[in-house]
Amino acid sequence: MKIGLFVPCYIDQFYPDVGKATLLILENLGYEVTYPLEQSCCGQPMVNSGFVKEGGAVTKNFRKVFRDCDVVVGPSGSCVHHLVDHEKLGQQSGKPEVYELFSFLHAQNNFPRSLQPFPHRVGLHYSCHALRGLNIASPSELVEPYFSKIQPILDVIPEMEIVPLDNVDECCGFGGTFSVFESAVSIDMGERRVEDHVSHGAEYVVSMDSSCLMHMEGVARKQKQNVRFLHLAELVAKLWER
Amino acid sequence: MRTKHAQAADHFIHESPSPKAQHNAAIHLRRKRDVAANELQEFEELRTRASEIKKHTLTHLDQYLEEFEKNALANGVQVHWAVDGNEMNARVYEILKKNEVPYIVKSKSMLTEECGLNHFLEEQGMEVYDTDLGERIVQLAHEPPSHIVVPAMHKTREEISALFHDTMNTEAGNLDAKYLTLSARKDLRQRFMNAKAAVTGVNFGVAETGTVTICTNEGNADLGVNKAPVQIHCMGIEKLIPRQEDLGVFIRLLARSATGQRITTYTSHYQKPRAGSEMHLILVDNGRSHHLGMEDFWEALKCIRCGACMNTCPVYRSGGGHSYGYAVPGPIGSIIAPARNFEEYDDLPFASSLCGSCSAVCPVKIDIHGQLLKWREVIVEEGEVDTKKSLPMKVGSWILSRPSWYRRAGKWARKLLSWFPGIARKTVNDWTKGRELPEPPNESFREWYLKTRKNEENE
Repeated sequence: MKIGLFVPCYIDQFYPDVGKATLLILENLGYEVTYPLEQSCCGQPMVNSGFVKEGGAVTKNFRKVFRDCDVVVGPSGSCVHHLVDHEKLGQQSGKPEVYELFSFLHAQNNFPRSLQPFPHRVGLHYSCHALRGLNIASPSELVEPYFSKIQPILDVIPEMEIVPLDNVDECCGFGGTFSVFESAVSIDMGERRVEDHVSHGAEYVVSMDSSCLMHMEGVARKQKQNVRFLHLAELVAKLWER
Repeated sequence: MRTKHAQAADHFIHESPSPKAQHNAAIHLRRKRDVAANELQEFEELRTRASEIKKHTLTHLDQYLEEFEKNALANGVQVHWAVDGNEMNARVYEILKKNEVPYIVKSKSMLTEECGLNHFLEEQGMEVYDTDLGERIVQLAHEPPSHIVVPAMHKTREEISALFHDTMNTEAGNLDAKYLTLSARKDLRQRFMNAKAAVTGVNFGVAETGTVTICTNEGNADLGVNKAPVQIHCMGIEKLIPRQEDLGVFIRLLARSATGQRITTYTSHYQKPRAGSEMHLILVDNGRSHHLGMEDFWEALKCIRCGACMNTCPVYRSGGGHSYGYAVPGPIGSIIAPARNFEEYDDLPFASSLCGSCSAVCPVKIDIHGQLLKWREVIVEEGEVDTKKSLPMKVGSWILSRPSWYRRAGKWARKLLSWFPGIARKTVNDWTKGRELPEPPNESFREWYLKTRKNEENE
């Protein structure tokens, strides 16, 4: 299976370690990964602001760049949700199938067997688009037996303590351009979300979306909160037995 | 003129006396809702069933409205039709004038809020007493409701105590909830006893029986209707359901979703006038049939006004209910308002982070956040969008669809951030008000990949 590595634009520019971690995880699990050099963005920022044509032009580049891949995997529930749910990739328009990293590992049932211990208190932030858009776990609203596709990973990290939260899956307030055009509300939401993690003693906040992490980290640094932010891929790569 | 949501919410967060009250009350209801929903294994099945019944009814609304009217008339109910809010208000006024009614007692109705009935009647010199405690509070404060189920949700006990002291001469500084409630009750009780007319909203109209169902926790609708010789029920035409047994689905969902109760304290069914009294039913369109014709948006009419989407919405809880500037606030209001008045409310679909919690909590499965996104598309295509918004989108699209330009722009952005953080802060002012910008790395992922991987390939 030929996997195309999708490193969303803001991860490429601002969080390259998340891209490196994703590559490492996929390769460690035995996949052959290519990284098409002409990729840029998925088009979500435009479409979520109502600019569907403008977003479509950007997605066109995505389709072109990844046209030879069977499967595309990227470390962002948000971008992948956009490509799958709005641009219908992998459905009507055929190849490629696009997966968020951990949903892909779950679909393949291919997880690391063991990881090094992480003796810290961790707050988990399920991003809204991975959660309610890609069903990576049960959202708190639905009455259904609980599941989480990242559980097999959490289970192999010794000594990590997941802290309870008051609101298990509340939005962090980022929302793309929402964070700028509704900045007062967005900041208030971010502060509330960070407070929930910090007040429960989280040393790290871990998520599968760098955009949520960027937002919460921005809030926490402004407030000089003593808490760190990590993409789950970064955490896994860091703890991989070498 | 109506203040746009972003500004109104900013003001609420920074200027209102108790900006957290709304959040605390709403999240409390959301948690109670979760407990009540999880009591029912069949909760998701009920949601699906409710959605299907509503879709069926709305797609056969003409037939069911006629059946409903026929059965109501046969029951001795006087049925009126109002094409819009003005006509509804005029009908109510006519009935009151004919019966020489000096004032009305009114139970909670978002429809009359939508149509401005209180204001209209007061202009005609008639007094209106809202009898739902929360609605009475906001009426005394000369404010609109901030929530459709809990109208005074934004107010703290301290504020209510002060308000009651000013308006009903209660004891200053008494914060005892029981004392305050009893004071309002005592004040309202005499209005009920002498009322000549009672006006109510309607939760469900049942086509096969011609009856209306009204759900309250205070029994105030019943007190009004059972005492006054004239009862007037104002009902939006989308409130219809086909059969009595369908109530079994909706009654179970409504209170659970709204407040976490298994059922409202009072669930009353009104079928016919009492001997010697009049029962009026006003069926109101006010933009609903137009809305029903909108292919992408008609399912919003399935709404049963439980308020669960407000309670769960972090934007609503942060910015408050008043910031929407529409009778129905929150996510559902943000998809209904532009369907009724596109120009006036074209900012509301943007008052969302699109987290999707509203759709997941909705008991009739309205794809609320999907509609919010669709409205944005319609607004960009057909409405007026500020160049402050459209220019970055167009430039962004141009750059991001051209990989080499994207890489150049990305590099500039990183350098700007690391070399001139002050300038970067200024240019992204709305971001940096409450957030730091990310610390840019020296190289992008692509640069790292080219350096480390491509060399390996070449070796």
